[in-house]
Amino acid sequence: MHPQPDWSAIRADFPILDQEVNGHPLVYFDNAATSQKPRAVIEALRTYYERDNANVHRGLHELSNRATDAFEAARGKVARFLGAASAEEIVFTRGTTEGINLVAQAWGGRFVRAGEVILLTEMEHHSNLVPWQLLAERSGARLRFVPVLEDGTLDLGALDALLTPEVKVFAFTHISNSLGTINPVAELCRRARAVGALSLVDGAQSAGHAPVDVRAMGCDFYAFSGHKMCAPTGSGALYGRAEVLEATPPWHGGGEMIVSVSYERATFKPAPHRFEAGTPNVAGAVGLGAAVDYLEAIGRERIFAHDEALALSALAKIETLPGIRIFGPREQRGGLVGFAAEWAHPHDLTTYANEYGLALRGGHHCNQPLMRKLGVPGTNRASFYFYNTEAEIDRMMAILTAAHGFFTR
Amino acid sequence: MNAELEELYQQVILDHSRRPRNKGDIPGAIHVHGDNPSCGDEIDLSVQFGPEGVVEDVKFTGAGCAISQASASMMTLKLKGKPRAEAEAMLRDFHDLVTTEVADPPKQLGDLRLLAGVRKFPQRVKCAMLAWRAFEQALQGAREPVTTEEAGS
Repeated sequence: MHPQPDWSAIRADFPILDQEVNGHPLVYFDNAATSQKPRAVIEALRTYYERDNANVHRGLHELSNRATDAFEAARGKVARFLGAASAEEIVFTRGTTEGINLVAQAWGGRFVRAGEVILLTEMEHHSNLVPWQLLAERSGARLRFVPVLEDGTLDLGALDALLTPEVKVFAFTHISNSLGTINPVAELCRRARAVGALSLVDGAQSAGHAPVDVRAMGCDFYAFSGHKMCAPTGSGALYGRAEVLEATPPWHGGGEMIVSVSYERATFKPAPHRFEAGTPNVAGAVGLGAAVDYLEAIGRERIFAHDEALALSALAKIETLPGIRIFGPREQRGGLVGFAAEWAHPHDLTTYANEYGLALRGGHHCNQPLMRKLGVPGTNRASFYFYNTEAEIDRMMAILTAAHGFFTR
Repeated sequence: MNAELEELYQQVILDHSRRPRNKGDIPGAIHVHGDNPSCGDEIDLSVQFGPEGVVEDVKFTGAGCAISQASASMMTLKLKGKPRAEAEAMLRDFHDLVTTEVADPPKQLGDLRLLAGVRKFPQRVKCAMLAWRAFEQALQGAREPVTTEEAGS
């Protein structure tokens, strides 16, 4: 790996971080919910709207050509970013949730039948659970779940019994948003393929946070959100392996996705445009492309190592407080720490933290069934990105220590 | 020290959240389940109305943040023995207390006035209101679950 970049110069790329909240310097530790945006991305949006804005794929005028070029160039960047074989394997979406819904509704609606099995894990975000519940209800397919062990990892020993030939699709998260667990995605994809099941990887917490290569991973689908990796909200993409994507019928009908239309019927474009009905979020895609460039310049190995080091340091420090339970693995984790304090409910603790400028997340993190299994109403979560610092962790610790005194007084 | 936090989490409120009063269930009474879906706060309220609608007994079980649990505990103490009309007035007064700037909150609210600090924390109003929303349902004799997301706050 190359020498460490100048992290403090990188932090200065994020104008929003330089502010006070409730009279205290902002400490933004809610990156697993959404990341902040660097000037390069904000400027890309501004330039697009000030110079190039037009509708794509239909105009014959200069601005439409420029907008189309920028839009398709962003698709190419995302394809390279994910290690896809071609840009045709990248469908722009509003984010991870829309990507998973596209697969569940369009691919699942065509190929998943009554009695077949949709295999998930117990640590899935609601966005990788509810779309499959809807599909199961419509198709008569059954849901199965790979259990989560006490240490926050998946029970791989149970996989053989669960991953039977009736399994049509195995959908799982790359990095858990509440536990920080990094799943062995390449092994899970390989095991799925061995029984003839497709694999879908929820990349919401891994894209832009860890190196991702969909071909090395061996997945059929990989869905992610732009906004968790420096890009605008409402941007994101779904990778679909060419052969699988080509076999998937359209899901939303409208302009952009058709070849020809009569009053009775329509014929559809090939992937990916078949899945992009209506005017797309062109500016979002342009911003996503700028975010990809920005992250690539820093390097995802470096980002991952930086965030993991912060998470391990935070974990060790939080654990020194009385009455603390930490969730998830002790090592090999994504850049976040989930914890519960005996002496304060997560909402009381996050309210307290906010009064001192510290943005934590408290609650069920869209993991209600997992929280029930862990026996907690919710957890506190500190989640990091490459612009966060060790000094901010120390600031968090001072606030949490004071909170302990406050709530046990 | 932060004055707004001190006001929100007064000693009395922390005490109620740690040792809630009237925890339990009243068999045969009206039962209402309430929750805050976004927080995971939950309450099961049972209310025994006497002849002419007097609140004879009220108990709850549940789990959640200090505000939701303390509010429920303090509510049960205040409502027990109240005629229906007084209980209804108290529900309105309490809602006003935690949502609007009331210069001089009605003194019938007693200790409940300590929860006035909630209004500085708009996202926590639903925590303070959870038990009261459940009680409102009980007043209507309804047994449908109540959720603060739909009921608003």
